[in-house]
Amino acid sequence: MTSRLDARKFKRVNRRELLKLTPIVALGAFAIPKLQAPLLKAGLGFSDWASAKLFRHGHLAPTFSESELTPFAKFPINGYDIDDPEVDLENWNLAVSGDVQKPGAYALSHFKQLPKVTQNTRHVCVEGWDVIGNFSGTRLSDFLKMIGADLNARFIALQCADDYYESLDMATALHPQTLLCYEMYGQPLTREHGAPLRLTIPTKVGYKQAKYLTELKVTSVLQRVGYWEDQGYSSFYGL
Amino acid sequence: MATRAIEIENAKTGEVTEAAYEHPLIVRLCHWVNAISLFVLVGSGLQIFRAFPSFGAKIPQQNLIDWPKSLAIGGWLGGALQWHLTFMWIYIGSGLLYLGYQVFSGNYKQVLFVPRDIPGVWPMVRHYFFFGPKPPATEAYNPLQKHAYTTAFVLGVLSVLTGIAIWKPVQFSWLAWMMGGFHYARLWHFLLMWAMIGFIFGHLVMVVLHGWNNFVSMLTGWKKEPEYPAK
Repeated sequence: MTSRLDARKFKRVNRRELLKLTPIVALGAFAIPKLQAPLLKAGLGFSDWASAKLFRHGHLAPTFSESELTPFAKFPINGYDIDDPEVDLENWNLAVSGDVQKPGAYALSHFKQLPKVTQNTRHVCVEGWDVIGNFSGTRLSDFLKMIGADLNARFIALQCADDYYESLDMATALHPQTLLCYEMYGQPLTREHGAPLRLTIPTKVGYKQAKYLTELKVTSVLQRVGYWEDQGYSSFYGL
Repeated sequence: MATRAIEIENAKTGEVTEAAYEHPLIVRLCHWVNAISLFVLVGSGLQIFRAFPSFGAKIPQQNLIDWPKSLAIGGWLGGALQWHLTFMWIYIGSGLLYLGYQVFSGNYKQVLFVPRDIPGVWPMVRHYFFFGPKPPATEAYNPLQKHAYTTAFVLGVLSVLTGIAIWKPVQFSWLAWMMGGFHYARLWHFLLMWAMIGFIFGHLVMVVLHGWNNFVSMLTGWKKEPEYPAK
């Protein structure tokens, strides 16, 4: 059955159908300078929330054989401003504070006393490149237990020797592949790679894996998230 | 596939023309949300690509192309990632809404390319590209159109899947593995973007060639004087 419509009435029908598309105009909010930044921040925040939900403690990042390793010379350095912050390696220690039973200064020997873990994992940079490296160190979770950290606290805040700073959610901090790394490719960390102690986190993007660590604080309140995060990068960026 | 059709009568001249309701509201909404999303996703994606315009090693780095910043969205890597991650959700959301609507309403029959359409592809190709005779139109979409739109949907799904493999190569390690690992997933994601750009180019050429009534149908749903028997 075909119904018949007056041409003027048909125009009205068309206009009404066109008006039903107005919800799309809401996307125009992204073009308004005042609204753009908060909207994009909300989008990033939602992505971070979803990322934290997707994170699974028991799910391990893929590991690789020795033959798949990127040669050490081809492992990029990517310092954010300087390659060598001139850390005094002889007298270095990590200042631990916050929600811990045993705060204080921890020398490298403390870390080497804890079980040593070696893993070949992929290092993914936010820029898009990736390499497979060999990392050795102690599990951050083992260290947190040693210092009597409150594992119900939300974050680990980290300060680096070169003004870089980072923070880590507790779930990732307790992941078995999250290492306080002091060796790469079987050799003590070189200065460019973050001597004497850096983070290796195969479940996180590269900029979360801070180098030349000097301070570690267990806390539920972050004053600031991280060097790049505070400029607009994702806070969680879990892989 | 029967389409809802009406006859329009001009009261003054008494002239009667036909109109067919081709695009339900959800399809039209998703179409325009998709158009905007793809514009933002491609623009911000190219800005992200500018941070490492290569698919080889980082050391030594060999850049594929120096994509101009003026043809990208976000200003810098961090800004582009914000755009990309925000519109990723909008794109996925509209894709799921579209898929759900098409399946449950049965409207997919209008556009899904099925084996029955295969014999009709070649005559359409001959008509469009080799000056062949125009095959008679029997429904809203001809076999070549169905093929193009079905392919575009598949490209969209694959873009999302490769994107997830790049974004979450650990949590979705099986997905990344299926694509040959993080490194290759990134390459597929890039190539799928160009395939989608190719589709959009062809789509826009066809829109221009098929005139105003056809274009308006994606706004109001109604196509005046369809070239196929609408009843």
